[in-house]
Amino acid sequence: MKILVPVKRVIDYNVKVRVKGDGSGVDLANVKMSMNPFDEIAVEQAIRMKEAGDAEEVVVVSIGVKQSQETLRTALAMGADRAILITAADDVHTDIEPLAVAKLLKAVVDEEQPGMVLCGKQAIDNDMNATGQMLAALLGWSQATFASEIKVDGDHALVKREVDGGMQSIKVKMPAVVSVDLRLNEPRYASLPNIMKAKKKPLDEKTADDYGVDVSPRLEIVKTSEPPERKAGIIVESVDQLVDKLKNEAGVI
Amino acid sequence: MTVLLLGEVDNGTLNMDATAKAVAACKPLGDIHVLCCGAEAADAGKEAATIDGVAKVLVAEDAIYGHRLAEPTAALMVSLAGDYDHVVAPATTDAKNILPRVAALLDVMVITDVSGVVDADTFERPIYAGNAIQTVKSKDAKKVVSIRTSSFDAAGTGNSAEVSDVATGDAPGLSEWVEDHVAESDRPDLTSAGIVVSGGRGVGSEEDFAMIEKLADKLGAAVGASRAAVDSGYAPNDWQVGQTGKVVAPDLYVAVGISGAIQHLAGMKDSKIIVAINKDEEAPIFQVADYGLVADLFEAVPELESKL
Ligand SMILES: Cc1cc2nc3c(=O)[nH]c(=O)nc-3n(C[C@H](O)[C@H](O)[C@H](O)COP(=O)(O)OP(=O)(O)OC[C@H]3O[C@@H](n4cnc5c(N)ncnc54)[C@H](O)[C@@H]3O)c2cc1C
Ligand SMILES: Nc1ncnc2c1ncn2[C@@H]1O[C@H](COP(=O)(O)O)[C@@H](O)[C@H]1O
Repeated sequence: MKILVPVKRVIDYNVKVRVKGDGSGVDLANVKMSMNPFDEIAVEQAIRMKEAGDAEEVVVVSIGVKQSQETLRTALAMGADRAILITAADDVHTDIEPLAVAKLLKAVVDEEQPGMVLCGKQAIDNDMNATGQMLAALLGWSQATFASEIKVDGDHALVKREVDGGMQSIKVKMPAVVSVDLRLNEPRYASLPNIMKAKKKPLDEKTADDYGVDVSPRLEIVKTSEPPERKAGIIVESVDQLVDKLKNEAGVI
Repeated sequence: MTVLLLGEVDNGTLNMDATAKAVAACKPLGDIHVLCCGAEAADAGKEAATIDGVAKVLVAEDAIYGHRLAEPTAALMVSLAGDYDHVVAPATTDAKNILPRVAALLDVMVITDVSGVVDADTFERPIYAGNAIQTVKSKDAKKVVSIRTSSFDAAGTGNSAEVSDVATGDAPGLSEWVEDHVAESDRPDLTSAGIVVSGGRGVGSEEDFAMIEKLADKLGAAVGASRAAVDSGYAPNDWQVGQTGKVVAPDLYVAVGISGAIQHLAGMKDSKIIVAINKDEEAPIFQVADYGLVADLFEAVPELESKL
């Protein structure tokens, strides 16, 4: 089985986001970019499945600006076999919407015929949590979102999902789209020799036009604003004072 | 204009809080029809009919909708969507699973986790873990929208909307439910509780997390946790509050041994009153806390519990 893993280049999760003064968006010039944390988990999972003999090849794909190549190289250094870069924007501030990403991924799936697509549950920039589900819909495949355990068993996969009430186990028919949650695994770091080796691994360069997919947005961004600021309150001296404040000032207990 | 709203039905029971908050969010959009589906959904449908602002309730009762697997539920919603301008659901894990599938089948973008409804086409949603609020205007003919329930007050009850059955579909046969692993609890639900007490890595162990639970019980509160506390096995996954966990906005949020990473703040910074107990006076949680107590939690929490 071949596993396809879509990886997104996003602002590093440690960076404090700055909203631009003119409300046009978030400032992404000269900030540290990394692989979406959930996608690292998906890449790790795919590599582990290959190591366990459940998969033969791990193909990673990224859609966006050409700098997404760096994200793909990271995935290759972790152990993915091959990469596909689909350039769909010139400006780092352009975010390709999940629907367009899903259409491009569908075109890649049609070409590559993987047995499973392993994606992240959510991109930490747009916080959409949509692409995997949309891809499954377009393919007419089964979907298992928010996975914290995946076991492939012939033509089915058993997936444990993180849901509001706790956990749910489902059995999905393969091929399937599975989106991964935080507790599936701990991604490895790429070693220096593997980073060197990754430079020689194949990386195919395509454009959205090659697949005939229209990536123009359906959602017009009217404005981007700062959330209401929360001011720090006071430091209380003791538990007694805290209880007093909660009872008599805030009136919440 | 009419809205199709997916009621939150869990094992035959309506989640009133989530559904009524989504109904309130949809008020400016037009008439609201609530769809209740499940292996059992008739009782949930009757409940939904009592929510103020609901014009009609549709019930789809069939074993294939049990456990609300995404594939059959999305197919059902798509079969009904023709009559509606908006397809909406509260942003629970079920809806997060189902709605994007509905949107893709309708060839429209999904607008997830909406915290504000500006007009029929325009919505506000938090991005970057709530560090920015984006206002988006949809160009799609139909809008598929999930609602961040913590941003809205629940609609009242007392209504008696008309309830009718709708035709059910065929099982797509793509996925099967195997089992649920749910811990029964008498505590209030995290997303609707008036008070939440959360513990973080500072609590140090699963045994010591009992201290957080005891404090919560004294306050009649729900229990939450940081990702670090969940990852370390001190607390179950469904207690996680934050960007990728639950979003809460109670009257009182007590953060114990939690540093206040942006991903955690994303899930609780709209709480009315925030209390932080942390031994590190530099911890970022104090920047959002109304009342901060710089103390060792192992002393402060039992003392607080005893003085309530
Ligand atoms: C993609 C992604 C998604 C994430 N999603 C979430 C999410 O949804 N929710 C979430 O919470 N996190 C999330 N995180 C993790 C987040 O970045 C932080 O790592 C996490 O919130 C830290 O948890 P913590 O505050 O409990 O631990 P720490 O940051 O380790 O803080 C522990 C605190 O306890 C205090 N302490 C220790 N001992 C004591 C004592 N005896 N008395 C008093 N205080 C004490 C310390 O001073 C410290 O401030 C996410 C991260 C990523 C990358
Ligand atoms: N531009 C992209 N390139 C590659 N993968 C993506 C892209 N956008 C989204 N994805 C994948 O879809 C997942 C969910 O993203 P989202 O739906 O945007 O929250 C991510 O974790 C990635 O696995």
